[in-house]
Amino acid sequence: MQNILQEIGIHNYLFLSALLFCIGIFGVLYRRNAIVMFMSIEIMLNAVNLLFVAFSTYHQDAQGQVFVFFSMAVAAAEVAVGLAIVVSIYRNMGSIDIDNLKNLKG
Amino acid sequence: MSLTILFYILAAITLATAFLTIISRNTIHSAIYLVICFFSIGGHYLMFNAQFLAIVHIIVYAGAIMVLFLFTVMLMNLNKEDEPHKPILSKLAAVISLCLVALVLLAAFIKAQQTVIPEYVASGEDYQSIKVLGQVLLDDKNGFMVPFEFASILLLVAMVGAVLLSKKEKLN
Repeated sequence: MQNILQEIGIHNYLFLSALLFCIGIFGVLYRRNAIVMFMSIEIMLNAVNLLFVAFSTYHQDAQGQVFVFFSMAVAAAEVAVGLAIVVSIYRNMGSIDIDNLKNLKG
Repeated sequence: MSLTILFYILAAITLATAFLTIISRNTIHSAIYLVICFFSIGGHYLMFNAQFLAIVHIIVYAGAIMVLFLFTVMLMNLNKEDEPHKPILSKLAAVISLCLVALVLLAAFIKAQQTVIPEYVASGEDYQSIKVLGQVLLDDKNGFMVPFEFASILLLVAMVGAVLLSKKEKLN
């Protein structure tokens, strides 16, 4: 079976995942909207998943892809709980700007 | 050759939509761009011949997670673009940290590409069809049986926690 690694090397996927991960980090630092920060975390998780699949194909071993399944389950659980927390923050504070969450500062 | 062109097109779409997700000020637009980003990553999985993973990725991310995001955004009435401007200093700090992280990661990978990583050789054996994936996942002896069961417990706990957190508190 032909796949992409026979035409271009694994390093292209290394660079793509690294750039995608950096964009995710940038999103967490740049925005104050909690939902967009969650989306950035999803982008970071996807970058790592993409690299898992790339190296699973590179080493011709299915365990990398199996790990991606577990990573997806964790991502789904994280989004469910995180968005529930965001909803309850919105209900209490009236906004989801994370700069308003200063109650623990004293 | 056509796969190479397809890779570059998909990679450009992935990076551009991921960036637009973060840049766009309307949260609904961010969610739509994120859906396109997830679809292009699914296209990458298809190019690796990981069909099952591509379908699961589309279902879980573009289906379940994005519906959750969109429902939350619509519940909060956030599309009035009232996000206050961040101080310019912290934006500058974010850009500088982006550049530094990208520099470190890319430099390490370029170095690794020159020295460590050998060429890819296809052995022709079947390693990523659904049959093999199921055997690796659910094998009795050296499979992932226990993590598989724990994933179900994790999802159950997450469901209970989400319901408990988003339930309205009674005013006493």
